[in-house]
Amino acid sequence: MISLDLAIIWAGIIGFGVIMYVIMDGFDLGLGILFPFAPDDESRDVMMNSVAPVWDGNETWLVLGGAGLLGAFPLVYSVFLPALYIGVFLMLAGLIFRGISFEFRFKSKKNRHWWNRAFCGGSAVAAFAQGAVVGAYIQGFAVEDFVYVGGALDWLTPFSVLTGLGLMAGYALLGATWLILKSEGYVQQWAYRITPKLLVAVLVVFGIVSLWTPLVSPEVRDRWLNQIHLIWVFPILAMVCAYVLYRAVKRQEEGLPFVASLGLFIFTYLGLIASKWPVIVPPNYTIWDASSAPESQLFLLIGVLFVIPIVLAYTAWTYWVFRGKVRVGEGYH
Amino acid sequence: MELDPLLLSRIQFAFVVCFHAIFPVFTIGLASYIALLHGLFYKTDNQAWDRLALFWTKVFAVVFGMGVVTGIVMSFQFGTNWSNFSYATSNFLGPMLSYEVVTAFFLEAAFLGVLLFGRGKVPEGVHLFAAIMVAVGTFISSFWILSANSWMQTPSGYEMIDGHFHITSWMAAIFNPSFWYRFAHMVMASFLTGGFVVAGVSAWFLLRDRDVEANKKALSMCLWLLLFLAPAQAVIGDFHGLNTLEHQPTKVAAMEGNWETGSNVPLLLFALPDQEAQTNHFEIGIPSLASIILTHSADGEIPGVSEVAPDEQPPVALVFWSFRVMVAIGMLMIGVAIAGLLLRRKGRVFQSPFYLKTLVGMIVSPFIAVLAGWVVTEAGRAPWLVYGVMTHAQGLTPSLTGGMALFTLIGYVAVYTVVFWVGIYYLTRVVRNGMLPGTAEVTGEVERAKRPFSAAHTPFDGDFEGASK
Repeated sequence: MISLDLAIIWAGIIGFGVIMYVIMDGFDLGLGILFPFAPDDESRDVMMNSVAPVWDGNETWLVLGGAGLLGAFPLVYSVFLPALYIGVFLMLAGLIFRGISFEFRFKSKKNRHWWNRAFCGGSAVAAFAQGAVVGAYIQGFAVEDFVYVGGALDWLTPFSVLTGLGLMAGYALLGATWLILKSEGYVQQWAYRITPKLLVAVLVVFGIVSLWTPLVSPEVRDRWLNQIHLIWVFPILAMVCAYVLYRAVKRQEEGLPFVASLGLFIFTYLGLIASKWPVIVPPNYTIWDASSAPESQLFLLIGVLFVIPIVLAYTAWTYWVFRGKVRVGEGYH
Repeated sequence: MELDPLLLSRIQFAFVVCFHAIFPVFTIGLASYIALLHGLFYKTDNQAWDRLALFWTKVFAVVFGMGVVTGIVMSFQFGTNWSNFSYATSNFLGPMLSYEVVTAFFLEAAFLGVLLFGRGKVPEGVHLFAAIMVAVGTFISSFWILSANSWMQTPSGYEMIDGHFHITSWMAAIFNPSFWYRFAHMVMASFLTGGFVVAGVSAWFLLRDRDVEANKKALSMCLWLLLFLAPAQAVIGDFHGLNTLEHQPTKVAAMEGNWETGSNVPLLLFALPDQEAQTNHFEIGIPSLASIILTHSADGEIPGVSEVAPDEQPPVALVFWSFRVMVAIGMLMIGVAIAGLLLRRKGRVFQSPFYLKTLVGMIVSPFIAVLAGWVVTEAGRAPWLVYGVMTHAQGLTPSLTGGMALFTLIGYVAVYTVVFWVGIYYLTRVVRNGMLPGTAEVTGEVERAKRPFSAAHTPFDGDFEGASK
C-alpha cells in the first residue's frame, strides 16, 4: 500500500520540519522576549548579533511547513488555518515586525529604540500565538465532514493561554541557554542568573499542562493511563534534561545548558506526538484521513527530498562559519 | 450593515497579493539585468559594468528581502480565507506552491549568497554563473506560480472525485492551455519593469550629473532593450487575449465592454458600463475595430457579457477600465521607447531634461500596468475561482465571519503600510547613495544570503555616519 507509506513518510517530514522550526526559531524568539530585561544596549547588540546569521534561515522551516502541509496533509491546512484564523494573523504580524526590526536595527542608530520595541513585541506575540496553537491542538477542533465549523475564538481558552505563556517561557529558556553558549563576561553572567528562573517557570507550566491535559482531552488520558506505558519514557527523559540543565548552570558549563534545554523541548514534543499519534486533526482525523492523493504526495516528495539535504547542509555550514563567542562591541563600529 | 466575508476576503487577497507582487515582478526583471551586466563585465572588463552590477545588486537585495517578508503571508492566505478551495484543489496547488517554495530555498541556499557577497571572494566566472543561476531561479519560481494560476483559469488534466480535484495528467495540468501565454506575458512584464526602473534611476542620476559614464551606458542599453520589449509585449498580449477569447469569452467581453454578442463590434475608448442595466453609457468607440483585432475580420462575431446569467458575470466596469489602464500604459511605454530612438538619432537622448524627467516619472508605470493587468485577469474570471468548476463563494472558508475578515484586513493593511513605507524609504536611501564607493558604509554587519538586506550597506538614519564615530 503505497499511500500508507507515503503518509507516514510525510508525517515524518512535517514532524521533523516542525521541531526544526520550534527549536531553531525558538531561541531567536526567546532572545526577543528577553530583550527588555537585558542589562544594557550593548548586551542587546550581543544578543541580536548571536542570531543574526541564522534567524532567517530558521524561518525557512515555517514556510516549508506551511506549503508542505497544503501539499501533503491538506486537511490540516484547511482546518487549522480557519480555526486559528486570528492567531495565525497575530503570529504572521509578529514575525514580520520581528523580521524587519532585525534588518533595520543594525542599520539604525537614532531610531534604534523603536526597532528594539518592534523586535521584542513581534517575538513575544509570535511566541504566544505558537504556544496557543499547541494548546488548541491538544484541545482538538470542531470539525464536521472535513470542514471546520467552530467559531473565531474557540482556540483561545484558559488552557491555550497557559500553553501560550508556557511556550514564551520555553523559548526564553532556549534563548538564555543559547546566550550562555554564545556570550561571555557580564552578558553571560546575566544569562546564567535568569536561566534557573526560566526553568522553574517552564516546569510549573509543564506540570499544570500535564495535569490539565487529561481533563481537556479524554483520548490523551486514555492513551497515557490505559494504553501504552512506554509513553512515560518521554516525560521522564524531559525531567532528566531539566535536572542536567540545572546542574550545568550551577557548574557554569557553557554548552550543556543549551543542549539540555533542546532535549527538554524534543522529549516534550515527542511526548505530545505520542499522545495523539496517528491523529493529526484532533479529535477524529488520522494522517491517512488528512492526506492528499498519493500521486500528489509522491510528486512533491521528489522535490522535497532533493532540497531538504541542501537546506540542512547550508544550515550546518552557516552555524559552523559563525561558531564561537560574540563579544560586546564586536560586529559594530 | 451586514459584513460580507466573501467580499472582504476577496479585497484582502487582492490587497495582499498585489502588495507582494510588486516586489517579485521587479526582481525577476532585475535579476536578468544583473546577470547581463555581469556577463558584459566578464567579456569587456569595462569597470562601468561592474559598478552598475554592484549598485543594482544592492537594490536587488533589498527588494528581494521585501518580497520574502511579504511572501510569508501568501502561503497562509489560501488556508485562512479560502479553506474549501485549498482543500478541493490541494492535490494540484499543494505541490505547485510547495515547488515554488522549494525553488526559492534552493536558490537562496546555493546561489544568492555567492551573488550578493561573493565579489572578490570567488573567481569572476563563478560570480557570473551565480548571477545567471539567480536569474534562472526567478523564472522557475514564477513558472510554478503562473502554472498554478493558469490552471485556475483554464483547468485541465484532472478528474473530480467526491468534490476533490485529482490529477490525471501532470503534463496537461502544469502546461494547461493558458499557461505559456500568461508566462510569456508576465516575464515580458518583469523585463519591462526592470527596464523602466533602471532607465528611470539612470536618468535621475544623469539629471544630477552623478556617475555620468556608467549611467549613460545603462540608459542607452535600457532604451535599446525597451525599444524591442515594449512592442513585443503588445504582440504577446494580443496572443494572450486571443487565447482568453477561446477559453474565457466572458472575460474578453468584459474587457471590451461588449454586452450583446454581435459582429462589427467597436473598440471602445470610453464608456461607463452599467451592470444593472446590462449596457454602457457615454460610449465613444472606433467602429468594428474590436472585431478586427479579435477575429481579424470586420464582421467577426464577438461574445457579449449577457450570454451568461447576471450572477455569473464579472464586474464589467472594473475589468473594462483596468484593461484600458494597462493598454494605455503599454502604449505610453512604446511611445517613450520610440521617442528615445528619435532623440538618439539627433544625439540628444542624454541632454534633454524633459525626456530624462519623463523617464523618472515612468518608474511607477510598469507597476501600475502589471497590477491593472492582474485585476483584468482575476476580476475578469469572477465569479469563478476555478474557471467553470468552483466559484469564489464555494471556495470560501465556511467558518469565516465578516468580523474576522474585517479584523485581519485592517490588520494586514496596517502591517503592510508600515513595511511598505519603511522599505521604500530605505530603498530610496540606497538609490540616493548611488554608486559612490565607501559612502557611509556600515561595516561588520553579518552578511548572509538568507538576510538579503545585509548586502545593502546603507544606514537607515540620516546622521548615522556622524553618530557612529
